[in-house]
Amino acid sequence: MNTLELVLVAVGGGVGAALRFLLDGLVKARVTGFPLGTLVINVSGSLVLGLLTGLGQAGTIPLQSVAVLGTGMMGGYTTFSTASVETVQLLRSGKPRLAVLNGLGMLVVSVGAAALGLWLGRNT
Amino acid sequence: MLGLVALGGAIGTAVRALLAEAFPAHAGISWTILAINVFGAFCLGVLLEALAHRGPDVGRRRTFRLFVGTGVLGGFTTYSTLADDTAQLLDAGHWTAGGGYALLTVVLGLLAVGAGVLLAGAVRPKRAVRSKGAAR
Repeated sequence: MNTLELVLVAVGGGVGAALRFLLDGLVKARVTGFPLGTLVINVSGSLVLGLLTGLGQAGTIPLQSVAVLGTGMMGGYTTFSTASVETVQLLRSGKPRLAVLNGLGMLVVSVGAAALGLWLGRNT
Repeated sequence: MLGLVALGGAIGTAVRALLAEAFPAHAGISWTILAINVFGAFCLGVLLEALAHRGPDVGRRRTFRLFVGTGVLGGFTTYSTLADDTAQLLDAGHWTAGGGYALLTVVLGLLAVGAGVLLAGAVRPKRAVRSKGAAR
């Protein structure tokens, strides 16, 4: 990765983080009691990263695009730290079922979304 | 605020990209991404708990939380790479490795947040402890 690529990946990450901040704010204003925003963000970001990875593996898009849009933008858009903190917050506020849904449910649905994206990308 | 989140996200993403390139995945499993995610979860646990001990989420505390927490740590850690790597392992028939890697990451992330919360609680400022005691 040369300096230009690193800068582009970082810019992608910045854009992704800003998108996450805006979308999470929109969802938080409407849904309380469950951190739906992070769930939507991580599932949709996993779908898009799977798609980009599949497109890259099939040679449909250059690997530099996968790095900037995938590693950069989708990496900055999705977040593991906030998801973990929110699961712990659900546990601490006495909502063990919602905590399991957030911890395990998010993982299963995100992996499924990434698998779907990979399949779509490889077969497009 | 949006600009601060974006700047933090760019910094976190750049550090993650450099680390992931310096220590690449072995056999489809990126221990680097696992370590990044678990360490980032620990840091966010410390940060949010420490800020909560120091007062309401307004002013400088909110600015700091959005820059470091939402921005840097949000961009540093990644859920999509975890999901994508796991999906590729499962797709290649490595069910034990894929399932184990994903579950291990999530469980270690929760333990890391818990450790961060405890650490922040252990070093909380005395003033906040006293005012909380007085409120009882």
